[in-house]
Amino acid sequence: MSDSFDQIFIHAKQWLLGLMPNAPDWVMQIVSSLINISALLGVFMTLFALISVLERKILARIQNRYGPNRVGPFGFLQPVADGIKLLIKEDIVPIRADKIVHFVAPIMIAATAILTLGVIPYGRNMTPFSIDSGILFFFAVGSTTELGVSMAGWGSNNKFSMLGAMRAIAQMVSYELPLIITVLPVVMIVGSLSADAIVAAQEGYVLAGIVPRWFVFTPWGAAAFILFFVSGLVESNRTPFDVPEGESEIVAGHMTEYSGFKYATFFLAEYFGMFAISGLAVTLFLGGWHSPIGVLQFVPSYAWFFLKLAALLFTFIWIRGTLPRMRVDHVMGFAWKFMLPMAFTCIIAAAVWHYQRHGLAGWLWSLAVVAIVYFGLSQLAGTKKRFAPRTYRFAE
Amino acid sequence: MTPTLTLFLVISAALFCIGLLATLSRRNAIFILIGIEMMLAAANLNFIAFWRFGSQTQSPTGVMVAIFSIAIAAAEAAVGLALVIAVYRHYRTTNVDKLDHLKG
Amino acid sequence: MSPAAFIVIAILTLAGAFAAASLSKLIHAALCLVVAFVGIAAFFFLLGAEFVGLVQVFVYVGAVAVLIVFTILLTRRADENTAGFNWGGVAIALAVFAGLLWAILQTPELSVAAPPIEALTVKRIGEALMTDYVWPLQCVGLLLTVALVGGLILVMDEKR
Repeated sequence: MSDSFDQIFIHAKQWLLGLMPNAPDWVMQIVSSLINISALLGVFMTLFALISVLERKILARIQNRYGPNRVGPFGFLQPVADGIKLLIKEDIVPIRADKIVHFVAPIMIAATAILTLGVIPYGRNMTPFSIDSGILFFFAVGSTTELGVSMAGWGSNNKFSMLGAMRAIAQMVSYELPLIITVLPVVMIVGSLSADAIVAAQEGYVLAGIVPRWFVFTPWGAAAFILFFVSGLVESNRTPFDVPEGESEIVAGHMTEYSGFKYATFFLAEYFGMFAISGLAVTLFLGGWHSPIGVLQFVPSYAWFFLKLAALLFTFIWIRGTLPRMRVDHVMGFAWKFMLPMAFTCIIAAAVWHYQRHGLAGWLWSLAVVAIVYFGLSQLAGTKKRFAPRTYRFAE
Repeated sequence: MTPTLTLFLVISAALFCIGLLATLSRRNAIFILIGIEMMLAAANLNFIAFWRFGSQTQSPTGVMVAIFSIAIAAAEAAVGLALVIAVYRHYRTTNVDKLDHLKG
Repeated sequence: MSPAAFIVIAILTLAGAFAAASLSKLIHAALCLVVAFVGIAAFFFLLGAEFVGLVQVFVYVGAVAVLIVFTILLTRRADENTAGFNWGGVAIALAVFAGLLWAILQTPELSVAAPPIEALTVKRIGEALMTDYVWPLQCVGLLLTVALVGGLILVMDEKR
């Protein structure tokens, strides 16, 4: 019973494919891919609409006010109103802008964000494109976002756009390194680049069936998860790293000259990037679609995945409501001087843990490695000296 | 028309010659670098095609050479573009015809 | 290996490469170069080397093309004229192509169809890298470090 509920979407797709039994092989492949893609887009467009209104309401509650609450019950039909507004706005293109580049840039950014969603396992047997090197595909396609951003900055023929685009590219390129290197310990321990294999390696429970075998419950996994999450914050240009779209600094950065539907496409791309990074974090560190407690395994796998995804998205929004924006040179210094060495330490700590055959000694040794390097790096960063409390001298 | 090895080699030769065209006939330093990258990519295609159609496909030699070639091409592009930027800072031009201070 | 996919990818790649070599505006040429690189990556997928195809997208499109576009953005001039076309270069390229084509078509052993092989997994590539090719791997690592440091020194501000 629970198995059929878990696999309900797989059975639905097989029923749909069985409706045309005598079609040639390539037609079946195309139709199967189309069903996967439309299901994926349908789910994530709905999630996008939901998160856009939830973000405004949660930010509002953090700031002690109500969010949008006029349109629909408790304001949840706000995305419909926003969508209609953005669609009927006039589409202004600057007269000296490069028309083709200006048009293709938001499409390219949104397309790469959506493509990365295809290799994440959403449930048991529910990966849209299950390829052998799924993690590499994710990062390969995700790294072409920078090209789209530079096209947006150049195509607008505007100095603010260009500066914003250069800042955005510099930030994205700097944080790609910690993002990818923190994934390396997981790939090393599992021994495969396939997302399905990584989720399957996190099955089961240790310590008499209480603690799940997720990678976030190991010392190197916890450090790698935090580093991955922070790098994901930067890659999707979220506060505190949203200098590229800081309204008070650079108008809207590379999105200045876009209006109407193209502006909506940029935000779609940002949110889809958030979904993709959160989905990958759930897959790599939080056990994918496995349930945390043994007795609750009857709950369908995709429900667990979306619960964990919702928790991570709530953390994204929470951080946005809490922290101020970081200065752009602090952002770069943080990446190169702190996060990169910590990411390398995670690899060493994971190797130490694996060498001791996952026992208690391994746990303690890898915790020691991570802690020592962390304290060493924070002493080197010297924040106490630089940001010591100021002493004021008032006029007498 | 099943793709035979000849067809792949012809395509990679065409790509190589287009890269050669870009390198030899443009005056901007960045265009020349674009041509060089295209030539390297065409050579990689050649390696992989021979690996696939060869008799000894158990050893991944062609794939290995292609991977190393991609890494080296990236390093060379980085250094070449750094040179172009350094030259631009001094002479304010990227036209290679104008960089003739050592002439005569 | 379906012929339809081969023809489509071949047309895309050659058109992108030709546009990259002959367009007058630099940034359009760089973006057509990206199309050519993606086409070559698609060829790698067709030939069964998926890892190399993904590395090609990752390194060439995600890094080299971004570097080229960044350099174009940093070295812009208002008077961007490309000072004419050099027909000697076209002649040399055509001659080289003719020579290569003659050499390829003269060799009859090359018109074979693809033999069926087992899929090349990432695991085998990793094992080969760590056992047979470990010295080239270390050398490439050293080369990349030297290139990184050298590139930084070339563009650093000179301290007076």
